[in-house]
Amino acid sequence: MTVQTIDHDVVSVVQAAIEKHGKNRDAMIPVLSEINHVFGYVPREAIREVRKQLHDPARQVHIAESQLYTLTSFYDMLSTKPRGRHVIKFCENAPCHVVGGKAIWDGLREKLSLENGETTPDNKWTLVTTSCLGLCSVGPVLLIDDDMYGNVTPEQISEILEHYE
Amino acid sequence: MIKKRAMVLVSNDPESIRLGANEIVQHLNEALVTYGIQDEVDVSTVSDINHSNILPLVVVYPEAVVYGPVKASDVRYLVEEHLYKGRVVDDLLAPPKMLTGQIGWLRGHKGYNPAEHRIVLERAGRIDPDNIEEYITANGYEALGKVLSEMTPESVIEVVEKSGLQGRGGAGFPTGRKWKFVRAAQGSKKYIVCNADESEPGTFKDRIVLEGDPHVIIESMAIAAYAIGADEGYIYIRGEYGLAYRRLEKAILQAREFGFLGKNIFGTEFNFDIHIHAGAGAYVCGEETALLESLEGKRGEPRSRPPYPVTKGLWNKPTSVNNVETLANIPAIIRNGAEWYRSIGTPSSPGTKVYTIMGNVNFSGVIEVPMGVTLREVINIYAKGMKPGSTLKLAQTGGSSGSIIPAVLQDTPMDFESFRKAGVSLGSGALLICDQNTCIVDLVKVLLQFFRFESCGKCTPCRVGTQRSYEIVDRISKGQGKLEELDTLLELAAEMERASNCGLGQTATVPIRDMLKHFRTEVEAHIRSGSCPTGVCEMAQEVEKI
Repeated sequence: MTVQTIDHDVVSVVQAAIEKHGKNRDAMIPVLSEINHVFGYVPREAIREVRKQLHDPARQVHIAESQLYTLTSFYDMLSTKPRGRHVIKFCENAPCHVVGGKAIWDGLREKLSLENGETTPDNKWTLVTTSCLGLCSVGPVLLIDDDMYGNVTPEQISEILEHYE
Repeated sequence: MIKKRAMVLVSNDPESIRLGANEIVQHLNEALVTYGIQDEVDVSTVSDINHSNILPLVVVYPEAVVYGPVKASDVRYLVEEHLYKGRVVDDLLAPPKMLTGQIGWLRGHKGYNPAEHRIVLERAGRIDPDNIEEYITANGYEALGKVLSEMTPESVIEVVEKSGLQGRGGAGFPTGRKWKFVRAAQGSKKYIVCNADESEPGTFKDRIVLEGDPHVIIESMAIAAYAIGADEGYIYIRGEYGLAYRRLEKAILQAREFGFLGKNIFGTEFNFDIHIHAGAGAYVCGEETALLESLEGKRGEPRSRPPYPVTKGLWNKPTSVNNVETLANIPAIIRNGAEWYRSIGTPSSPGTKVYTIMGNVNFSGVIEVPMGVTLREVINIYAKGMKPGSTLKLAQTGGSSGSIIPAVLQDTPMDFESFRKAGVSLGSGALLICDQNTCIVDLVKVLLQFFRFESCGKCTPCRVGTQRSYEIVDRISKGQGKLEELDTLLELAAEMERASNCGLGQTATVPIRDMLKHFRTEVEAHIRSGSCPTGVCEMAQEVEKI
């Protein structure tokens, strides 16, 4: 997941996302998700480009950049800010909490020297909390990029993190 | 034809094959012949099991026992013990504490629970979800065929209404009545929307259905569409459910290929198609009007009601929004009739309920049982008791906005009416079982953290109320609370319930009320003595000195 914000890449990524999800208003969230997936966040250049390609009064599709920004800030899976190469999402809800979640959260913060929402100086890790991921029978649960880890113990943290370059 | 009494699934993803899955299948077949049971046992393969360190897996149904990692040399012993003699081979069981990756759903089937009654989960985990033919073999699309060839839309609604099916998303609204409203609504364009935005903490029942039996949702949406007069449907699935999304996508393609979606379904005049729409992470989008806003490409902020979605829903057209579990009941009701459905569960709440069990118990996972079983039964029978050394202190039913019930209420039958009478919410069916080491203040703080984070911010009572409530409980948890703040909490709760725009703010207060109703002494101990009776809360320094 390399972050590239050279204009050319943004244009082609936006183009591809729109081709896949269509040009209607209801395509905006899937298009933004697609952009977020490529860049790790939704760059301002991409927002400008989406607006350029989707806004079309002739088809009754009226879209402002502010609307796209407000969608990005509203939905938790979209990010307005750049993130590290790998994003660790830690479930902070009650089912994971009562089976030892706090020890995992403390372990992660200590190991990475990060607080919620922060990114390591080498840009490798971003640590965030998340709401329930629906894997409650195997709590505590972690999500690293698209990989899920269940029944995590504090001892396993180092081992899990070693899998990532 | 000899009836198969068992089915064995072997994982055959690339990693399992590398580790010898093909040899395992071969040895299985040979061993079955050796014991002369090859006609009674079916051997099949499943894929899509990623990131696991316990591959290859062998899963034996109907008991749903998961073995792994299995070596080819183990197979003969496994067949002899389990399939021939009927004894579970403990040594080969997959270690439940090692599951990682996307096989979380298998965990739900592990073990051999007694007396489940599976309607919603009838096929999940027993058929290959990527193969429409397996669904068809298991009575799939029979109900749709019956509906289109023998029934009028009105008679479909009548059957569903008579069955007494109530919405399983949490509110318990009668499904038949909802469909009737949409059918009666003005306008020729109508929509059926499946709410698969399952985000209530502790709830993953819908994921099990979507991942394990996606066609049942397609079939029931088609039936619903016929009943209400819609030709287009949407599945709004939460963004985190990637595997379920891919399976649904594939299932829709197959259904189109087989003519169960598209034009002139079953050779009739009925046309219907389904789109899937993935969310992007927002709990509030489970609220139906927020879901519709999100579907239209907006922030998921709940609408003001009335008008209700049944008259003005998606793109302002009449829309029926139904939960996954609700829909998954429909085909069985059509096939077997309303009387059959009413014979299960309690008179006021017919049918089954899917519960997700978790917490300080020996078995966590998903069960489907008739409405009306008690919490004590769930804990002792299905959850196989509390963990060693644990005693039940409280249970939270129905996710974050559900009720916190103390151990003394564990004999209340779990159905809509009994729970309503006891002032308890059944919610989404999540059962979080907590032991004596759980601190009520700490638990409620975690719940309020959730609500203040997930409040969409549109209306003030919820946006500010969840924040202020959190701050007060946070102070209590640090030994810095004041007794009069408990009254403030209740005042806030009353305002939030009265003035919040949607269910999020209206029910975020349930944990606060239950905390003060059942556990007031424990809360006051934090304030009066500046200490946490269970030792969970970290008290602020200056208080410790006192």
